[in-house]
Amino acid sequence: MTLLMGAVAYDAKVVPIWSGFRSWFLRHGLPFDFVLYSTYERQVEDLIAGRIHAAWNSPLAWIRAQRLAAAQGRSVRPLVMRDTDRDLRSVVVVRSDSGILSVDDLKGRTVGTGAVDSPQATLLPLHHLRSLGGEFDVRRFEVGVGLHGDHIGGEREAARALLSGDVAAACLLDADHLLFSREGTLPAGSTRILTTTEPYDHCNMTVVDTAPEEPVRRFGALLGGMSYADPEVRPLLDLEGLTAWVAGRTTGYGELEAAVDGCGFYDRAGRITADGYRP
Amino acid sequence: MTDPVADLRELGFDQGAHLIVRRELARLPVGGRLRVAGTHEALFVHLAAWCRNEGHACGPVTGGGDEDGARAWVVRGRAGHDRWAGAERAGGSSPARVVSRPPSHWGLAARGALVESGGPETPFDFDRKETVWAELAPRLYAQAAARQWDPEAAVAWDTPFELPAEIEAAVVQVMTYLVENEQAALVVPARLLARVHPHFREVTQLLAVQAADEARHVEVFTRRATLKGDDLGTSSAGGRASLMSLLAEPDFSLASFLLSVLGEGSFLNLLSFLDRHAPDPVTRRVVALAHQDEARHVAFGMAHLEEQARARPAVPGPAQDRDRTPARRAGRHGGHQRGRARRPDRAGRGGVEPGRDRPGARGGAAAAGGDVRGAPEPAGPPRVPR
Repeated sequence: MTLLMGAVAYDAKVVPIWSGFRSWFLRHGLPFDFVLYSTYERQVEDLIAGRIHAAWNSPLAWIRAQRLAAAQGRSVRPLVMRDTDRDLRSVVVVRSDSGILSVDDLKGRTVGTGAVDSPQATLLPLHHLRSLGGEFDVRRFEVGVGLHGDHIGGEREAARALLSGDVAAACLLDADHLLFSREGTLPAGSTRILTTTEPYDHCNMTVVDTAPEEPVRRFGALLGGMSYADPEVRPLLDLEGLTAWVAGRTTGYGELEAAVDGCGFYDRAGRITADGYRP
Repeated sequence: MTDPVADLRELGFDQGAHLIVRRELARLPVGGRLRVAGTHEALFVHLAAWCRNEGHACGPVTGGGDEDGARAWVVRGRAGHDRWAGAERAGGSSPARVVSRPPSHWGLAARGALVESGGPETPFDFDRKETVWAELAPRLYAQAAARQWDPEAAVAWDTPFELPAEIEAAVVQVMTYLVENEQAALVVPARLLARVHPHFREVTQLLAVQAADEARHVEVFTRRATLKGDDLGTSSAGGRASLMSLLAEPDFSLASFLLSVLGEGSFLNLLSFLDRHAPDPVTRRVVALAHQDEARHVAFGMAHLEEQARARPAVPGPAQDRDRTPARRAGRHGGHQRGRARRPDRAGRGGVEPGRDRPGARGGAAAAGGDVRGAPEPAGPPRVPR
């Protein structure tokens, strides 16, 4: 049986990545194919409906997959994740010369975020700020809505708005703060980290319990066996942003669960309840 | 043993601190541990993000710092090691270390570089030393690079002279013919160049300089043709067809032989002739400059031919069946055949007799009623494919 996986086409590179992996799987004896989705929401719905066996999910999609599955008497599990999906942090940055020294200083000011559905640039850092008692206005930079923050255009716009003074603080992934600082979007020394979230996990390869057992087992084994020393898969791993696939774990999503509940993004049954979210 | 410390002081990762961490990690084995000290406020956040991306483990030092001021530790991951595990040297930089058949995936890598395994296949189908290499190539390239000349400075374009109208018209016709041949001579090495594996660096360099030489020749011949007027001479259909057959030759050795040995070899004689009999100093100067370049091109063609003959003594001669090439097929239909019949070595047998060439040489323009500007039909140099 062919194992069918879903992936979201957040960028053109998704096609060569999964086409390359597909060829590799076929050569290693795993019948494999993939379906591209324009948003994570439909991908998750199709996973739980059994139209695909596995979904390369964002952390937010993982939360929804769990809730949808539970509501229908099903279950999902994270088969694997990238080594780079573990222990990420989000940062809230301010201009170095702003005089904002604590979360309390944000009162009455505007915080710039990524798109409404970005775990790393919206949901997690806003939840973190609010858990610290922060009171502030929010200005979202809605780029790539439905892609769960995979498109970093919103973060980049938030960073630019911070520099221009349109917002007092900006919410960014730690790696994107480093990226923007090194590429010059944020000149070196121009920003300061006000606060940092606790570590959390990002994407995982979600499989549903209705998927055929042996192909799923083989899928996980082959992914886990990919070596960065293999010149055939290394360019694909580079494109996908990992050096090794590691075992999936569920321990890194607690803060995002709380954030989703805190802002009412999904209800407990996995229905979309976020205001103004139109993926 | 105490783990080494990389002290970044106040340097941040937004200012290049990763270069220091990377250098220090490179000194450790996979699994080796480095401590990192520094005072930048974003040090740990950025270090962690950088390590995650690079495949290194990272964590904070318990208690916020140790006795050496280290705030974080990094354990070197194996990604960097694995990336280079299958790497190989692409021969050596010296011409003596050219390999006989470089792999396609070495591609554009510098000869002698440490080449990461993998990478795309490349379109360089002239990838055998025996096909493209000549031991003389490095020396010829060095010589060619040293003898480049500036068309503006190398010719005294304002030297005063006046020629009778019919002589000037003849010079213009000869220059027009030369430009046409030079354009073929520019395109052929340029096309070959794009197919030679870059591992054979000196050959590609030589071909590149050869194309640049021809570009200058096109310039100076055109400039001489239009020194006294705007119009150039004629271009015959047969002549162009003959030259085009050179462009269709797919075999490196045959293309090199046809262009650089037969064509440019003949051209040397022609340029010598023009040098001796040029009616004005500018014409004499431009053909002399072209001659020195062409001699180098012929030398490479001869050297290559010599090595081919030595390596492959059974290379079929003209009498044997070589009809597989487009050039041969074109030759059979007339245009190219005329060109080959006028090789210098056949001159004594009438191949370059102007009188016998004239009907064919002017066939294109004259037969088609083309504008020959009322000038006497120049005897014209032999129409030789170059």
